[in-house]
Amino acid sequence: MTVDSWKFLPRMMRTTFESMPAIDEPPVWAPLSKPIHRCRIALMSSAGVFLKDSQEPFDLERERNEPTWGDPSFRVIPSDVRQEQVACAHLHLSNAGALEDVNVVFPVRAFRQLEAEGAIGSLAGEHYSFMGYQERSLNDWRTKQGPELAARLKEHAVDVLLLAPA
Amino acid sequence: MPVLARVIEGLGIPTVTVTMMPDVAQKLRLSRVVGVEFPFGYSFGMPGDEAMQLTVARAAVQALAEAGAPGYRLDVALQWPVPTEVAYKEWQPTEPSPIVAMLLRARQPQPPPSS
Repeated sequence: MTVDSWKFLPRMMRTTFESMPAIDEPPVWAPLSKPIHRCRIALMSSAGVFLKDSQEPFDLERERNEPTWGDPSFRVIPSDVRQEQVACAHLHLSNAGALEDVNVVFPVRAFRQLEAEGAIGSLAGEHYSFMGYQERSLNDWRTKQGPELAARLKEHAVDVLLLAPA
Repeated sequence: MPVLARVIEGLGIPTVTVTMMPDVAQKLRLSRVVGVEFPFGYSFGMPGDEAMQLTVARAAVQALAEAGAPGYRLDVALQWPVPTEVAYKEWQPTEPSPIVAMLLRARQPQPPPSS
């Protein structure tokens, strides 16, 4: 089956994405340093998840006042996150899926099983939550949060990052 | 989020991206792409459906194991088990986001200038 990339996209946005040219930059490529069954994997989502008792929500008030701006910061979500800790701050999604089962955006349960089967080396102890609506230049992600996150992944001996844009 | 994939992979950490818009991920020249035909906000499937979530997670692991060069794409052969028109409405916020509201306001006809 070939996935239809436009099936659920708001129809007013389809032409924009469909007619978008490929970027004029070379692809990036980092090979795995070891077989996947020995790799440590961390997860990332842009569904705007945060821990309601211990973390600040993403800044939606500023976005309401400046509609072309989106909060570029990220939150750290532990592997043992419990559903009752989960909240979402994202004005472009209903948030219902993650609020019912955080595994739809941070699939820690599935990756624990893959770890138990030996399909991956291990699941990292922490994962990374962003809010996906961003100011168009993406300068903060490029120059601040991206490098910060890469450094943090290396510090935690993470071999592979799985990203799930919401 | 594709820009984060490119920055992080560029700094030496391999990435795999699970996305509802694999055509766009390819235009952005991501290294390893897993496509899912799911509504936005549901990257790994239906809430509580452990088998569906595991299928997508396995596809991501398969992509990591198989991909030998940038431009790899693997589409997951799962249909969303909710009628498309229902799912299309359900994933969207109940109120337009600030940017959409701003664009809609800009499209409204302006009142004629008062004389």
